[in-house]
Amino acid sequence: MDYVLLTEQFLNGFQLGIILFLMAAGLTLVFGIMDLVNLAHGSMFMIGAFVGGTITLVTGSFILGVILMIPAMLVIGMIVEMTTLRTLYPRDHLDHVLATFGLILFFNEATRLIWGPEGLVVPLPQFLDGTVALGAGITYPVYRIVIIVIGLAVALGLYVLVSRTRIGMLIRAGASNRTVAGALGVNIPLLFSIVFGIGAVLAGLAGLIITPITAAQIGMGEDVLILAFVVIVIGGIGSIRGAFIASIVTGIIDTMGRSFLDVFLLLFLPENAAESAGPALSSMLIYVLMAAILFFRPQGLFPPKGAGG
Amino acid sequence: MLKKMLGTAAVLTLMASPAAADIKIGFVTTLTTPVAVIGKDMRDAVELAMEHIGGKMAGEDVEIIYADDEFNSQKGKQATERLVLRDDVDIVAGYIWSNVLLASAPVVLNANKILISANAGPSPLAGAQCNANFFNIAWQNDQTPMALGELLNQQGVDSLYLVAPNYAAGQNMVAGVERTFKGKVVGKDMTVWPSQRDWSAELSKVKAAKPDGVFTFYPGPAGPAFIKQYQQAGLEGQVPLYSVYTLDSISLPLFQKAGMETVLGTKMTQFWAPDLDNAVNKKFVADFRKKYGRYPSFYAAQSYDAIMFIKSGVEAMSGDIGNIDGMRAALKKADFDSIRGDFSFGNNHFPIQNFYERTVVKDADGNWTTAVGRAVLKDHQDPYASQCKM
Repeated sequence: MDYVLLTEQFLNGFQLGIILFLMAAGLTLVFGIMDLVNLAHGSMFMIGAFVGGTITLVTGSFILGVILMIPAMLVIGMIVEMTTLRTLYPRDHLDHVLATFGLILFFNEATRLIWGPEGLVVPLPQFLDGTVALGAGITYPVYRIVIIVIGLAVALGLYVLVSRTRIGMLIRAGASNRTVAGALGVNIPLLFSIVFGIGAVLAGLAGLIITPITAAQIGMGEDVLILAFVVIVIGGIGSIRGAFIASIVTGIIDTMGRSFLDVFLLLFLPENAAESAGPALSSMLIYVLMAAILFFRPQGLFPPKGAGG
Repeated sequence: MLKKMLGTAAVLTLMASPAAADIKIGFVTTLTTPVAVIGKDMRDAVELAMEHIGGKMAGEDVEIIYADDEFNSQKGKQATERLVLRDDVDIVAGYIWSNVLLASAPVVLNANKILISANAGPSPLAGAQCNANFFNIAWQNDQTPMALGELLNQQGVDSLYLVAPNYAAGQNMVAGVERTFKGKVVGKDMTVWPSQRDWSAELSKVKAAKPDGVFTFYPGPAGPAFIKQYQQAGLEGQVPLYSVYTLDSISLPLFQKAGMETVLGTKMTQFWAPDLDNAVNKKFVADFRKKYGRYPSFYAAQSYDAIMFIKSGVEAMSGDIGNIDGMRAALKKADFDSIRGDFSFGNNHFPIQNFYERTVVKDADGNWTTAVGRAVLKDHQDPYASQCKM
């Protein structure tokens, strides 16, 4: 096994992990702090892709698309929270699932009406559309490196936001004890709207930055959403640090499984069996990991301190 | 779980009220999910065919009942059951996906009704499980990639890497290329279908393997995504990409809109192209473009053909479609003007036909489309016909 391929696959896994992190960060905040099961998080992923993609196609600038997508998603997220989700907090999780599932159907259909069923192909700017030599014979797509950099920057920004700023303090206070924080004068409804808005921006950002790679499609968020739920279960619900580490681990395990499992299986299985068992097994790997973690550490790897949820 | 819930919730109620139509044709395709764009193209073509025949076959009114398979074999089977049991259609046609067709075929065939595939051509139905009531008006899955394998030999490709989705059609496509390709297959990746949309791991493996060519098959919206990533990985221009059913009239306008010029000149093989030179095809393509403002895809062409094919059978029987033995014999003759020109059916009721080289080009108005080249395989019959005892 040569190291060039191994390094590339490691980067691929890391990049997948970054996308998962952007999704999982919002999901874990909303789940951990607001105690809301939000299936419609995948819709935010999709809307970010379509809104940002449209801005990119109209203005001709992908960077402008990313920048303008952020306030758009913040507004969309806050509107969704204020109009629909706010009424759901006192109810139990099954009601959350039903209502946010309804939102998925609504957003998918709305997207079909606005953009049509065929989706959106978003081109990359010239300077991002190529490969770069990283030395030692490794060449890697520039854009995937950009994704990794954006993701790391967002992770750092979130860390600073949550642990070093006043709003982060309020978020943490709201998470540990909603009632007391409210009694001390924290505007909980506004705080929740902002948290949801931030989650929507992160999901939208993930959707938009993956679009030049996979194209925007109706329902594109749903597969990622499932993985993001796996990630937050592994990482510990409500923990951004846990979401980050679990995302990267999940991304790398998934990619390494896809890359090397069939070669590995060839050692014991005939060619035909290895070919068909390889993809099947590699897509199961992360669920096996999740099951193992649930068994040995049901609270996840890094549960947040004093989570009252 | 999410998908299942989505599917159930999206159960389509396109079933028309039982009108007084004399001939009822059920048409199963995908009308929801992202791949609905294919189903839409097929439905548009069926509507155009109905317009061309004035909604009548042998003087009798025809009603088309569309049903949605939701891109899922179980849902497709249920939609087929509703057509056969509740709507009591005379003929069931359509089917994009091989796995959906394989799940649904027994429902129609056990009810002793005629089943016509307008796209899917899975190997079991061409071989051991062939059936007198089943006709395929498109192709058998292996045939187009077999033509591509020949093309690769002619282009002097010695080593090939295969990337395709892991489902019935993907497996047939890969098997088809391997059947005719004489060089060495240096790698093969079967990816999770339909959820996997990022091929970074596979493309890194391709880069490491350094083949002379890459073969791929990704129908529907996955195709553009794969080709974009192929370019971004820096493989474009280094390793030529050969594909079947991946670049078509549905995906090419998207590439054009995004200005991805590197797609131009890409080669593939197919039994048909919008510029294939025969009177029926010219009329079909011209009227389709006039009505819908875009080129028809091969899915559309096959669907148009399916309606004309049914019409030929109904007219040979003077409208007596209840006579299933007569219908079968009439259909077997393939006595109609097809968009592909003349062809005949083999013993397994799959077409024996030509497969052509196709290249992505700009047409006179600057639209991106495909142009037909020379025939790579002439009067070609699928390799499973010999296993069919008919």
